[in-house]
Amino acid sequence: MQELPVTLERHRSTWDFTRLQLQMSLRNLGIFLRRLARHPSAVIGAVVILVYVVAAVFAPWVAPHPPDKVRLGQRLQPPTWTGEFPLGTDQLGRDILSRIIYGARVSLLVGLLTIVISVVVGTGLGTLAGYFRGPFDEVMSRFADLLLAFPYLIFAIGAMAMIGPGFWNLIWALSFKGWVEFYRLARAEVMSEKTREYVEAARALGRSHAAIIVSEILPNIVHSILVLGTLRMGNMIVMESSLSFLGLGIPPRIPAWGSMVNDGHSHMLVAWWLSTMPGLALVVLVLSINLVGEALRDLLDPRLKVD
Amino acid sequence: MRGVRILERVLAALPIMVGIAIVVFAFMRFMPGDPVDIMIGEAGGVSEAEIEMLRAQFHLDKPLPVQLALYLGRLARGDLGYSIFRSRPVIDVIAETIPATVELAVFSMLFALVVALPIGVVSAVRQYSLLDRASMAGAFLGISMPAFWLGIICIIVFSLHLGWFPTSGRIAYGLEPRTITGLFVLDAVITGNLAALWDALRHLVLPSVTLGAGVAAVVARVVRSSMLEVLRTDYVLLARAKGVAEASVVIRHALRNALIPTVTVVGLQVGTLLGGNMIVETIFGWPGLGRLVVDAIFARDYPLVQGSVMVYALTFVLVNLATDVLYTYLNPKISL
Repeated sequence: MQELPVTLERHRSTWDFTRLQLQMSLRNLGIFLRRLARHPSAVIGAVVILVYVVAAVFAPWVAPHPPDKVRLGQRLQPPTWTGEFPLGTDQLGRDILSRIIYGARVSLLVGLLTIVISVVVGTGLGTLAGYFRGPFDEVMSRFADLLLAFPYLIFAIGAMAMIGPGFWNLIWALSFKGWVEFYRLARAEVMSEKTREYVEAARALGRSHAAIIVSEILPNIVHSILVLGTLRMGNMIVMESSLSFLGLGIPPRIPAWGSMVNDGHSHMLVAWWLSTMPGLALVVLVLSINLVGEALRDLLDPRLKVD
Repeated sequence: MRGVRILERVLAALPIMVGIAIVVFAFMRFMPGDPVDIMIGEAGGVSEAEIEMLRAQFHLDKPLPVQLALYLGRLARGDLGYSIFRSRPVIDVIAETIPATVELAVFSMLFALVVALPIGVVSAVRQYSLLDRASMAGAFLGISMPAFWLGIICIIVFSLHLGWFPTSGRIAYGLEPRTITGLFVLDAVITGNLAALWDALRHLVLPSVTLGAGVAAVVARVVRSSMLEVLRTDYVLLARAKGVAEASVVIRHALRNALIPTVTVVGLQVGTLLGGNMIVETIFGWPGLGRLVVDAIFARDYPLVQGSVMVYALTFVLVNLATDVLYTYLNPKISL
């Protein structure tokens, strides 16, 4: 049985092999999804995330009002749940529910972009460093250590203070340090995978380094990266909203949860809902992402369970 | 061997500290305009000759490596530059705010440990009990909850609605104890000023809970998981077989060993505490380093921002160094 994959590769055409792989991965996906379904909290989390994504993507149709429509006659209306402004209005009479729905765009987009950039850069550099070692690894690892010496939020606040608020500035500031954890994970995983027999076998078959990295090693470490990426996405979203709360993240004219909570800070004596509602939206989203992340970790990579 | 390991750690921290200085310097150079442009931006109406003179005074006319060397030299002498906004040396401005920040950090960490240690231990001993499930759900919530929101909710509920705690500040005006250490609680105890002590503690509750909640959540989870691991070991089994009382097994045999991984995590959590510090001090009007930085950012006082970021990062490195050293004392395997 153990020799089967090699003989398969030798005797079947590439097309057959790809089809077989596809069938196998579909079956694995089915098994995986059935196991995931046994974690009810993860299913709830995934559904909630889906609701947020749909609301964010279709915001113009989902939101009951335009997010920046000012109604000075209807300032600071309390939540009525079933009325015209279900979650109330802010200090300029803007509908809070609509602003929350548009704010989800910022949070989800920043979370997704920073994680994708961090994963791609970190995994890429980490794989190269772990596979080839040498001076490249030395330099990159020292640089990673250096970035780790800064507490994340301090680094982000310092960077945003220098380069100023703005969407891409924010992505840049968060990703500049975000890749480090993925670098270290990928590097460590590649270093341990490289000593395994299947890599030696691939090399004996005369495969190139690039082919070994891409088609042999990466598929074996991708699950750890996926787990860490999911768990860190919540952090990125919290970091974005913390910066926006301080007025250092997203420019004020774009609705973002952090700056909405900050608006409410100065009106909390008279209107508790201004800060409470967008913050609640944030907590529910981050909670859901973390639920999914922890379930993925338990299923795919229990070794990461160190906190 | 222990001494060698500690020395090794100290020596490894030194290049990191220099590296931090270089990163902060690089940021300063990457931003548009130089310090002189920013200073003039506020005033206006300055002649070319005067600008050149200022540039020379700040060594901005010299090549970058020379500027870097001069910068590092000044740092080594404790010179963090000159605050544009406050017209005073950065180091003096920062030093004034340190006691307030240290006081808040200490109380936040105390709160976190006092809550997290018992919860972690009991959750592990009674694994899967209702208490375990409830506390781990609470810890999960704590991990996902941003400090800026928790702080505002605390103010709305406990200050504005229930009126139990003040909304902001360190102490009521006029109640400040005589300054000895700068930590109000400690000064009030030393001088026997009970009114000040009570008021300072009341002001500390909400900020400490807000800042410590996230740390407590992480620490409780780590204590629980390392306790679970230790409780399964042979030496705990042996202690139970010998008939050692359960409380003694849990505390003397298990907890002492479970604390070893906890120490590292607590050290790393100081980073969370330092970052959250800016947020919490802003919400609660706490006159510490965090609020100073946020004010400095909006005043475009770059030397003050850079100096503070340096102080934060160096504190983090030193705390982790101290954690490492403590670790070698807690873990008998390392001293062999």
